[in-house]
Amino acid sequence: MSSPCRNPERRAAATRLVPFALVAVLAVAATNASAQQDAAPEAQHGPKEVFVTGLFPNGGTAPPRDPIGARFEGNKSAIAAGKELFGQMNCTGCHFNGGGGMGPALMSGHWRYGGRIDQVYASIAQGRPNGMPSWQDSLQPQQMWELAAYVKSLATSASSSVSQTAVPGTSVKP
Amino acid sequence: MMTIPISQSVGRYQVARFTDSIGRSRWLRLLLTGASLLLYPALAAAQMPTVPASAAPSDDGQWTMPAKNYAATRYSSLDEINGANVGKLQVAFAFSTGVDHGQEAAPIVANNTMFIVTPYPNNVFALDLTKPGAPIKWSYQPRPAAASQGVACCDVVNRGAAYSDGKLFFNTLDDNTIALDAETGTVLWKTKLGDINTGETITMAPLVVNGKVLVGNSGGELGVRGWLAALDATTGNILWRAYATGPDKDVLIGPGFRSFYPSDNGTDLGVKTWPTDAWKTGGGTMWGWIAYDPDLNLIYYGTGNPGPWNQEQRPGDNKWTTTLFARNPDTGAAKWALQYNPHDQHDYDGINEHILVDMTVDGNPRRVLLHPDRNGHLYVVDRESGEIISAKPYGYVNSVLGIDLKTGRPVMNPDKLTKVGTVVHDICPTASGLKDWNPSAFSPSTGLMYIPHENLCMDWKSRPVSYIAGTPFVGAEVVTKAGPGGNRGEFTAWDPVAGKAVWTIKEDLPLWSGTMATAGGLVFYGTMDGWFKAVDARTGELKWQFKTGSGIIGQPVAYRGPDGHQYVAILSGVGGWAGAIVSGDLDPRDPTGALGMTGVMADLKTKTAPGGTLYVFALPKS
Repeated sequence: MSSPCRNPERRAAATRLVPFALVAVLAVAATNASAQQDAAPEAQHGPKEVFVTGLFPNGGTAPPRDPIGARFEGNKSAIAAGKELFGQMNCTGCHFNGGGGMGPALMSGHWRYGGRIDQVYASIAQGRPNGMPSWQDSLQPQQMWELAAYVKSLATSASSSVSQTAVPGTSVKP
Repeated sequence: MMTIPISQSVGRYQVARFTDSIGRSRWLRLLLTGASLLLYPALAAAQMPTVPASAAPSDDGQWTMPAKNYAATRYSSLDEINGANVGKLQVAFAFSTGVDHGQEAAPIVANNTMFIVTPYPNNVFALDLTKPGAPIKWSYQPRPAAASQGVACCDVVNRGAAYSDGKLFFNTLDDNTIALDAETGTVLWKTKLGDINTGETITMAPLVVNGKVLVGNSGGELGVRGWLAALDATTGNILWRAYATGPDKDVLIGPGFRSFYPSDNGTDLGVKTWPTDAWKTGGGTMWGWIAYDPDLNLIYYGTGNPGPWNQEQRPGDNKWTTTLFARNPDTGAAKWALQYNPHDQHDYDGINEHILVDMTVDGNPRRVLLHPDRNGHLYVVDRESGEIISAKPYGYVNSVLGIDLKTGRPVMNPDKLTKVGTVVHDICPTASGLKDWNPSAFSPSTGLMYIPHENLCMDWKSRPVSYIAGTPFVGAEVVTKAGPGGNRGEFTAWDPVAGKAVWTIKEDLPLWSGTMATAGGLVFYGTMDGWFKAVDARTGELKWQFKTGSGIIGQPVAYRGPDGHQYVAILSGVGGWAGAIVSGDLDPRDPTGALGMTGVMADLKTKTAPGGTLYVFALPKS
């Protein structure tokens, strides 16, 4: 995990990683397409470089996406594992099924600290100043990627009008 | 020791042992006919409750503590503003708090200065009432830890400050109590009482008694172990701290402790009524109100819900959660306790206000307290002994069939008990109760109690939850909905002698504001869409209303200004548990959000917006 402040040395390091990452993506892509959706991705580390701003002065640009994120985003196994963790780690106590409470909503499509999966990962790992705890000492990178995948799925399914209601409501009969 | 008082109570209250819903619906019908309204004045004149003078001294025109006085009447004896002229009430001045979270605080008025505390970041403003427009006299920014916002269950609220002897006392969300010089805003002392990494916050307004500042913690949804502490008002030193769970020595239960009911007596019940060590993360926080009887030298307060909400993880009575304590304020020693909701299954905290009145019961004068519990019952409790004199539902309730006056315990409806893996439908009242924190008022002029409350029900599904320090410890998925009739709020005028409602105003939105009664024959309260209302104290007739900038969840107060005229003040600014959907920009598509509150409050986003403004009203200068 890096600070949002970037320096040339780091950028160069990130660029050097790209070819290796591409190989990894291609290797996965070579497998059966549906199996890719369902197969559980694995990761030993978090994203190499994450930003939480949209401002890049003097012609700067956002660092490239860490390709690990793409393996987790939208992956059914990762989302299912992330959902499980989301309950186990009491994330539901603050964010519920995406609507938010003590913590912000995760299904609204509005992201305080960035909605890219690597940015969501960074928020989980580092915590955020207004009350998001840091989980990097409690969880493995694999687990945080799975959580990030689940969090991302909340916004996606909300925008496609999938009901998030976990408890079916009924009318009150006095 | 218990046999004698119990046998007496059985004889006296045999007939009324069980209050039930059938009786309730009958009186509702009576109310609609207006019959009880006509009968009321004659009945009331005979045995109207009085307020103990030691707990409510004659009104000096100030408002130095949120509840107005130790008896917690929230009654102003100012009568310049009354039913005949309230229609002309207008804004005298307004002031932005600069914070757009829920404004639950009561403005405090002392020495011609008004003091307000904002929600997090708990900024304090002193406004000079002697100058036109009440300019800032001083302000103070405590700068609490930003991370404290992440462990505050239900918006980052603060319920106000307390003034005493030239000092202003208030609490910060990150667990500090601070004393300021009320004249200058200089910090006199600052005492850290808790740790946000255990999920602990402080949201309540302190009460100053006998030179001690009484402070309790919040965090019942994070497995926080509840306590009430007394700090030396001069030094800030912690003099005692009484926990709500654990061994007697921690709860400050000693030889002088004697409760009225058998199940509230025993050794180390704060340990024995829990699974091993569960009391350490069992809740019982104290984020509500404290009353004080100077004659008996006892303070009264209730503790919060047990944790987790999933009751299957904590078999037993879970003492001393949801419990009314009577304590000596000088030592903290408990004199007696009354557990309102043993083994609570519905998040029915006991922290709501206790109003002290003296009234005649069956021909005998009794010192009592009035307590509208989250479980929907209006308790009349003997404040010397802890005996429940009566407990009747003040709105629609189906989770509790009645209060057994022989045991002091609620008789639960077996169909509405909560379970793991099963959705239990239509539990009334909902988790926030028939009434939440927002305090009632009592008028000695009418003998009535004015209760701003909710009419909400819920579906509940428990699930297993692990304790992780500093995270929510809930284990339940809740969806709240409107109660019978569809109106989510009610404002009820209650006759504590007759034990019934005199009139009820149905409100579309849940009532989350406190209320105040005045000698002008008026009662003031606010609605979550921003209306500030004055109604006739005897009839409930709407006499005046004003639309403020945001929803109202604050506490109205009245004071006499330096010009000798009466003013009425309220903070406007939506939020709190019910209003978090607006102040926290929550997503209503998930009805389980905000502990099950977002679905039923989905329309609030279309009716108000966040804000934070003080409004002060007066009659036009003639």
